Amino acid sequence: MRFEARKKIPLLVLLCTPITAVIIALVLCSGLIVASGASVIEAYTLVVKGSLGSMFALSETFARATPLILTGLAAATAFRAKLWNIGMEGQLYAGALITAVLGGGILSVITASWVLIPILMFVGAVAGALLMLGPAWLKVRFNIDEVVVTLLLNFIMLLFVSMMIEGPMRDPLGFGWPQSAPVVDEAVLPKLVARTRLHSGLLIGLGAAVLLWFMNSRATWGYESKAVGINSLASHFAGLPVKWIMLRAGIISGMLAGLAGTCEVIGLKGYMTLDISPGYGYTGIVVAMLGQLHPIGVVVSAVFVAGVFVGADAMGRTLGVPSYIADIVVAVSLLCVLIGMFLAQYRVRR
Amino acid sequence: MTDSIDIILSATFWAATLRIATPFIFGTMGELLCERAGVLNLGIEGIMTIGAMVGWMAVFQGADLWVGVFAAACVGAVFGVMHGLLTIHLGLSQHVTGLGITLLSASLSYFIYRLLFPASVVPPNVESFEPWLVPVLSELPILGPTLFSQYSLTYLAFVLVGVVAYILNKTPLGLAVRMVGENPAAAESQGVNVFSIRMGAVVIGSSMMAIGGAFLTLAAFNSFVFTMVQGRGWVCIALVVFASWRPGKGLLGAILFATFEAFQLRLQQIVSGDIPYQIFLMTPYILSIVVLIVMSRRAVYPKALLIPYRHEEH
Repeated sequence: MRFEARKKIPLLVLLCTPITAVIIALVLCSGLIVASGASVIEAYTLVVKGSLGSMFALSETFARATPLILTGLAAATAFRAKLWNIGMEGQLYAGALITAVLGGGILSVITASWVLIPILMFVGAVAGALLMLGPAWLKVRFNIDEVVVTLLLNFIMLLFVSMMIEGPMRDPLGFGWPQSAPVVDEAVLPKLVARTRLHSGLLIGLGAAVLLWFMNSRATWGYESKAVGINSLASHFAGLPVKWIMLRAGIISGMLAGLAGTCEVIGLKGYMTLDISPGYGYTGIVVAMLGQLHPIGVVVSAVFVAGVFVGADAMGRTLGVPSYIADIVVAVSLLCVLIGMFLAQYRVRR
Repeated sequence: MTDSIDIILSATFWAATLRIATPFIFGTMGELLCERAGVLNLGIEGIMTIGAMVGWMAVFQGADLWVGVFAAACVGAVFGVMHGLLTIHLGLSQHVTGLGITLLSASLSYFIYRLLFPASVVPPNVESFEPWLVPVLSELPILGPTLFSQYSLTYLAFVLVGVVAYILNKTPLGLAVRMVGENPAAAESQGVNVFSIRMGAVVIGSSMMAIGGAFLTLAAFNSFVFTMVQGRGWVCIALVVFASWRPGKGLLGAILFATFEAFQLRLQQIVSGDIPYQIFLMTPYILSIVVLIVMSRRAVYPKALLIPYRHEEH
């Protein structure tokens, strides 16, 4: 058996690959649902109902998709340049932390929302980028593996946040809970649908996706990133500033992850807690891969993954299937889509 | 200052150091074996988690402690096979596959645990390993309580380092492992089956990682807690770089790291309240990054690390 590379992958194959992979993943995971003593059809029906079945369910799914779109775009931007940023979780927390600090403190003197919100977003993005700058620089300057550095930074950042909200940032009116003081009302993002958790951070995510799509397909730097990702040596000989391109991908990736943190604080919670992200940074990696590193693909897969999580929560409450089933579905989907992409790239010849 | 000296002089401190080092030794040896064969295994964090869960669960269901360790090793091997099939045979990205394996095995551990214990506030525990006092030797002053009053798995970890070093450096099999990690095409021309050797290294390496995880639930602690691995797997990957892919140096690195960890744990008790505890918890991760920065600059990676091998491309 031999594998032969295809010259060009048909668009239909490219589109069907993730869908098929997800279906296979759902079939594989149904074994676990049976093991927990629930009916598979009933379980998946409840997942769909719980994620798409009502206005409330839909709003929850899109609220959950908002940070995933941003972290997914962050992962996709870095991965396109073969820069393995696994530190989105930490960068998200960095963005969230600085937003809570400034939005509840010094920047609250600004009383105009249309000035304050963009400033907070900018600051959050910069915080995320700063956290990624170190690993990216170490990578391009000394060739130090960015995977481990960014992973370890996640743990450091989480401990730092815990230290801040249990110490200097603890809300004196928080009844002793480890959380920061809330940001001022002017900093809060308007809701998209009243009385739900869906906020206009979704529009920021969609805007970022469209912008990146444009940059990737129409601007030189998207092309440069792709070239470096496919073959950095060839790009170097072609005269591209490979190191700068990788550094730039890292900065943009960090900015997007930081922005995700800002949106969670000013869109959803209003203050900073230690559980502001249930692993959005890590799930962003899966979202990016499921979306084939394409900005629009990322949006679609973020909504899918968010739906799985929201639906599985609802299903778990009813049927007693542990909601970790969602993480398993997402992980198996990732592995299936990797195999699927491989099969799409190669023809199997006997 | 005198506090610090007191800490370092006590035998219990060094005994704790070796205990803390044990999972790092298992993880580092496992990762080292994979990487010497040319395969990065980022599944380590998840494999340690599921090793911890399965080992503990087996014992909780009434199995012998060693059967628990064996069960952990088997589950580690299963995930090793999965990682191997995807990265070696299909040649998929070792980074993304490894992360996928970590996500899958960790969430599978949590799922199974929650399934069997739907709402337990206090984690149930088992009768864990007792330290095994080596006859006669454990009576020695200082050395006795430090070196010869450890858990059996700790002794096993030290033996493992010797075995891995011997096999890698002194046997034809070890030569084959190193060859497929440096120059797989040359290895194949010598009649070495690149795929089988890599697969074997990844599977055995992964089961070592899982045993490292099982040490946490069967010896160091006696119950399974979510996220209890806490980045130990990632630290092991840094330790492999520190070790320049040599088992002996890997042992040294793990012990140095554990010394530091044990020291900060003691210091934390002494100065509690003055300094936020998070600062202490942060130090191992910061130390790992520093180690990476210092060592990576002259690290000589196995040349074929991260590069999938395919016949027709040579």
